[in-house]
Amino acid sequence: MNKHEEESIRNLLKRSVTPVHAELSRDLWPQMLQKIAQQTKTVPWFDWALLGLLILWWVLSPGSVPVLLYHL
Amino acid sequence: MPVLEQQSDLLQQFAAGDVGAFERLFREHQAEVFRWIVRIIRDPAAAEDLTLETFWRIHKAHARFDRNGNFRGWARRIATNAALDYLKSRRLETPLPDDVAAAECSDSAVRRDIREKTQHAFHRLPPKLRVVAALALIEEQPYGEIAEALNISVGAVKLRVFRALRHLRKHLKQMGIEP
Repeated sequence: MNKHEEESIRNLLKRSVTPVHAELSRDLWPQMLQKIAQQTKTVPWFDWALLGLLILWWVLSPGSVPVLLYHL
Repeated sequence: MPVLEQQSDLLQQFAAGDVGAFERLFREHQAEVFRWIVRIIRDPAAAEDLTLETFWRIHKAHARFDRNGNFRGWARRIATNAALDYLKSRRLETPLPDDVAAAECSDSAVRRDIREKTQHAFHRLPPKLRVVAALALIEEQPYGEIAEALNISVGAVKLRVFRALRHLRKHLKQMGIEP
């Protein structure tokens, strides 16, 4: 591709796709705050899975509970 | 307290997970992040959602923020990645609304069909090249700023601009336009 072709494509693009001059019309903080609040309410699935495994372990081997408590 | 020191404290508090500090940074930078995203994706409605997505990513990654680093540059990098993900997800979909608006603008130098075909060729660019083409060729942003936002060198930006131009030439030729 030569310089002339390059310049020609640049000009064509600039004339066909104009720059966007948009400004943010509102404050987005309330939405962000809502998103943060939602996140703090939900417990991650991994935590639930961990709790489930712990309960299962205690059910299957109840003798291990005092051992675990001793080590804590 | 000097302004620089205040800013440093704010960044330290943000990195430690303080929501108040995050709110101040959000309010300070949301308009700029929005403008940057809209330059890339060219759709103000979607840019609002992506601004939120950017700050959501920032919020989740607060612990990884370099306390002595540049928040503006970091936010811009995250915004660019969010915009890139958006373009990848929308690839090969119909042109965005701003191009319809652009087509309405009368420009006697370029015929309507050439303009539409050029817009089509622009939309067919791979997302990575489209980001660079939008920022460098349309919005005329400095190469240094584009490089920082994409976390690549200025040389790599120039290379992507060249590749984008080559792609455009190829697509335009396929549509019967000799640049």
